[in-house]
Amino acid sequence: MIRQSSSLMRTLTLLAGLVFQIIPLPSGLDLARPYLLALFLCYWCLETPEKTGLGTAFIYGLLSDLFSSGMLGEQALRLVILAFLVSRFRARLRFFPLWQQALAVFALLLNDRLIMSLLHWLVNDHGLSWVAWLSPVLGMLVWPWLFVGIDMLRLRARERS
Amino acid sequence: MVYASSSTKRFSDSASETLPLLAYLILASVLMLTDHRMNVGQQAREKLSVVIEPVWWLASLPSRMWSGVDDELATRQALQDSNERLLHELQVVNARMQRMSAINDENQRLRDLLHAKRNGSLQVQMVSILDVDLNPYRQRIVLNAGTRQGVKVGQAIMDAGGMLGQVIEVSDNKATALLVTDADHAIPVQVARSGFRAIAFGTGDPGSLLISDIPQSADIRKGDLLVTSGMGGRFPAGFPVATIEKLSPNDTGLFMVGKAKPAARMDRGLEVLLVNEIVPSPPSPARVVTPTGKPPVAVGSATPPIKPETSSKPKQPTESPVPASDIDANADNNNDRP
Repeated sequence: MIRQSSSLMRTLTLLAGLVFQIIPLPSGLDLARPYLLALFLCYWCLETPEKTGLGTAFIYGLLSDLFSSGMLGEQALRLVILAFLVSRFRARLRFFPLWQQALAVFALLLNDRLIMSLLHWLVNDHGLSWVAWLSPVLGMLVWPWLFVGIDMLRLRARERS
Repeated sequence: MVYASSSTKRFSDSASETLPLLAYLILASVLMLTDHRMNVGQQAREKLSVVIEPVWWLASLPSRMWSGVDDELATRQALQDSNERLLHELQVVNARMQRMSAINDENQRLRDLLHAKRNGSLQVQMVSILDVDLNPYRQRIVLNAGTRQGVKVGQAIMDAGGMLGQVIEVSDNKATALLVTDADHAIPVQVARSGFRAIAFGTGDPGSLLISDIPQSADIRKGDLLVTSGMGGRFPAGFPVATIEKLSPNDTGLFMVGKAKPAARMDRGLEVLLVNEIVPSPPSPARVVTPTGKPPVAVGSATPPIKPETSSKPKQPTESPVPASDIDANADNNNDRP
């Protein structure tokens, strides 16, 4: 029962992350959109590593590419790299205090932006505007709330069952 | 001892993870390559529209709810004000229309005299925009109409200001349109004042278009209105596209580069017009060229090719922008001849 509710929650949060990628934001701010999908994925990689691996990252990345009419495989690649890094340093990340974890998440998201700008550069796209680099900062600020929020939701689900 | 065992475990962990990582990375790279070369993504999106459309609908829900609330909360005063303003605008537009129809009749008569055939009718369809942010790095919008509503790939879209873009992907109930400001977009234009033809490329920045390789002798100035030329038959002729904001010499100094401000509203408006029927453009020697394609250049014909160095005004509108290399080659040809 616990496992079931947890996996339901994982699917729901990841789907919410997918939808958030294409929700309209005020123009100008849309470049700085925090990468919630990556944050959710990061959370589930830390909490349920046996269920969330590179395959999950790949599938959700591919879905996000399909929905956002970007280059097919771009987000899949970025999220697979992110999931790999998280699972590689999972033991350390899990026992970090929250603020230190947020810093690590910032580094992960920054790395993700670097990969993204490299990919864009490879297909001869123009560079990213400076607003795009705000996205990792916003992601870092969102991380503690997101982490505590999902933890509380899971706890409540466990108590109920 | 404890450390050693834990480190070996970690090592084996990473080894078992590295292989799948490589496999996924290769898979993603292959996908990106095939999409970049063969546009697989578009076909996949057409096939999977059943899955994609509900997600788009879900994502546009917040903004629709917001506009619903906004409508509910509109005060009587605000509605009266906007009604008054619209009536005023309608009167101005009507007056202008009267004049335009007279000019249109006159134009038709003159064309008849010249035996020029031109079917002036233009059918448009009002389509609403689905408020989703596809990709902030690309200038694309989702239209709330698809194959069922008769939307086809390649249709031009415009708003009250001017040309907005064209449809590139269509599924059952939705369509994706590329805006003129997208970095992948090019639109054949013409200076309304002088008739000089050029191609306006998107820059990826919603506020600017780029006109490259303008000959020094071209009759084009700051503040000129660029309208669609109708070349290529994709866009109907004579609709505003952009206004020239800046002209500057390019790197070689032989040509000029123009920066223009789009006439249409590039932020997500509420509704756009979809052009249903495109007027067949009159036959013309010029054709639409891609940035890499070579435009036809008259070599060895009776009229000498236009040289960029000469400052005399060309009576005949110049060809589509010609890459510098072509002009040079042409000039050489000319010099070789006695």
